Amino acid sequence: MLDIENLHVSIAGKKILDGFSLKVEAGQVAAIMGPNGSGKSTLSYVIAGKPDYEVTSGSIKLDGVDLLDKDVAARAALGVFLSFQYPLEIPGVATMTFLKAAINAQLKARGEDEVSIPDFMKRVRAAAAKLNISQDMLKRPVNLGFSGGEKKRMEILQMALLEPRFAILDEMDSGLDIDALRVCAEGVNALRSKERGLLVITHYQRLLDYIVPDVVHVMSKGRIVRSGGPELALELEKSGYADYASEAA
Amino acid sequence: MAAVQETVDKVKTLDVDAYKYGFFTDIESDRAPKGLNEDTVRFISAKKNEPAWLLEWRLDAYRRWLTMSEPKWARVDYPKIDYQDLYYYSAPKSAAGPKTLGDVDPELLRAYEKLGIPLREQELLAGVQERRVAVDAVFDSVSVVTTFKEELGRAGVIFCPISEAMQTHPELVRKYLGSVVPVTDNYFATLNSAVFSDGSFVYVPPGVRCPMELSTYFRINEQNTGQFERTLIIADKGSYVSYLEGCTAPKRDENQLHAAVVELIALEDAEIKYSTVQNWYPGDSEGKGGIFNFVTKRGDCRGDRSKISWTQVETGSAITWKYPSCILRGESSRGEFYSIAISNGYQQVDSGTKMLHLGANTSSRVISKGIAAGHSQNTYRGQISAHRKAVNARNFTNCDSLLIGNKCGAHTVPYIEAKNSTAQFEHEATTSKISDDQLFYVMQRGLSAEEATALIVNGFVRDVLQQLPMEFAVEAQKLIALSLEGSVG
Repeated sequence: MLDIENLHVSIAGKKILDGFSLKVEAGQVAAIMGPNGSGKSTLSYVIAGKPDYEVTSGSIKLDGVDLLDKDVAARAALGVFLSFQYPLEIPGVATMTFLKAAINAQLKARGEDEVSIPDFMKRVRAAAAKLNISQDMLKRPVNLGFSGGEKKRMEILQMALLEPRFAILDEMDSGLDIDALRVCAEGVNALRSKERGLLVITHYQRLLDYIVPDVVHVMSKGRIVRSGGPELALELEKSGYADYASEAA
Repeated sequence: MAAVQETVDKVKTLDVDAYKYGFFTDIESDRAPKGLNEDTVRFISAKKNEPAWLLEWRLDAYRRWLTMSEPKWARVDYPKIDYQDLYYYSAPKSAAGPKTLGDVDPELLRAYEKLGIPLREQELLAGVQERRVAVDAVFDSVSVVTTFKEELGRAGVIFCPISEAMQTHPELVRKYLGSVVPVTDNYFATLNSAVFSDGSFVYVPPGVRCPMELSTYFRINEQNTGQFERTLIIADKGSYVSYLEGCTAPKRDENQLHAAVVELIALEDAEIKYSTVQNWYPGDSEGKGGIFNFVTKRGDCRGDRSKISWTQVETGSAITWKYPSCILRGESSRGEFYSIAISNGYQQVDSGTKMLHLGANTSSRVISKGIAAGHSQNTYRGQISAHRKAVNARNFTNCDSLLIGNKCGAHTVPYIEAKNSTAQFEHEATTSKISDDQLFYVMQRGLSAEEATALIVNGFVRDVLQQLPMEFAVEAQKLIALSLEGSVG
């Protein structure tokens, strides 16, 4: 599935990832925890292909396919999905329109036919119902004026509809109250499958009570410094990140 | 979304220099000698078989024009126009009097076909639902074929070339021509008054709701031919008409001058909706060539409770100098201006509106969306004024600019003058950029950079697109993506 080897990344001359390596198997849920400034968000952006980051060495492969020479859209079509920590607003574009454009763009990239309107409507309604997303929300412009919880539910809705091979959840719990967190986590858990890999990036252990990972990695100063099972998260909750303190705030 | 998709596909098959409408049709033309003098004006007037008063009117305009100079206040920069190096009249030869499509020069019909003008009735009728579009096709300067005349005639609506209206309804033309845009109005309008070739004339009688959308397609075809269209639309008491104007022009190297005048008159309780999609040749990727578009469009809400609404989608031309305006004379009359102005490459747009509140309880609404990409400069210039008698005048203006890339410019120049204390004017303006984060977000969901930009821009202009008649909304959406071609790194 996802195979990152000895990745070195900098932005504006500053090194963020420093020899980062990670393997996530199909069917696995991996959690990455770490203090602020450890490079967690950079990692998610670099996997998704955000420009501005300079990859000086190393590789990222999905199912053996090199991602680094592909642009953002091409990686998405290969099945990379990123649930944003801060989803962007797109004024004037109805959420439904956006969802359909995204699905069709990916189908087209894979050489498949566009989704039929009735099929699309059916799938959206079913997925939205599970996430407590109203029809009204679907008609509103993408993320515009949505609460933090609504934005995160909308991210999970997109993930459910796009059915990615590999999904990254970047700080999904930030800005969520406990009820919203539960709804989102249930949505994510419903998408766990043998074929799909998940990377859960979080600062707090709380999220991992709801999305129980198979492995937990601790990240500090741009690389993984410790790995273990779900119990590692609990340990961190008690001891904090003091032992892994990052130089870069 | 399908429309956006289609556009994007289309964009991919083109490049900036391969402007789709850049073909040239060779038709032997009957044109006036090069240059402008009183004889040119007389030649045009004679060609049109005009009454003496109109020739005098033209000559008067010409003499005044000689004393005027080009306005310099707009934020546009272009090489000096040599007015003596232009032809002021050209007509396709076969236009001497074709009665049916069969009589029309097949070369012309082929040109229309390339343009996709739905000239034939059956093609029109094959259109969407019950709607019908009557087309008064302007090829260079002479209107060749007018369709749907009969049905309009039954409703009492007059829709014909203005040159024909001079002959058939001289009293209407004489009463209203120049009554909204006076002969002395401005340099380009005065020039137009002297040498205008043809254009559309519409009269809707009292109480009549025009049974179809009226449409004219303009096309500039002849080398070195300035285009001086003149359009006059009168909506009599309690009537309604919706008029669509759309244009393309063939590719050429020298700049072409276009100075049209459009006058609208709405009497008591009448409503005129005027929509434009303008897609003239904008020049090549180096900024060479392209149309100079100096247009004067003005509507007069002459009667109480009358309404005039301008909607424009401006994507073409090298220079756009255009301010469709409303004179709100009648009590409780209303003016609206909805605009999308897109500039790319080296295009320069200076466009906006004037809402002149003269009567009591008049209201107006201005929604302008400017999008600048490439090396272009995009200026909104608007004037809102309230006369001292315009008690309770209301205006709402919203003026948004969107920048794509970092070599273009967006400018907003509002003039607001209230001469009585009961007027309430609101002005909102924003300038934003399509952010890299926004593009990244949309592309992460699978859309290419071009698709993502088209999606975001279509969202940005949605408020205005909704104002367009359905026939144009889809076309406009395509044009928007098409004109942003090459704007994304």
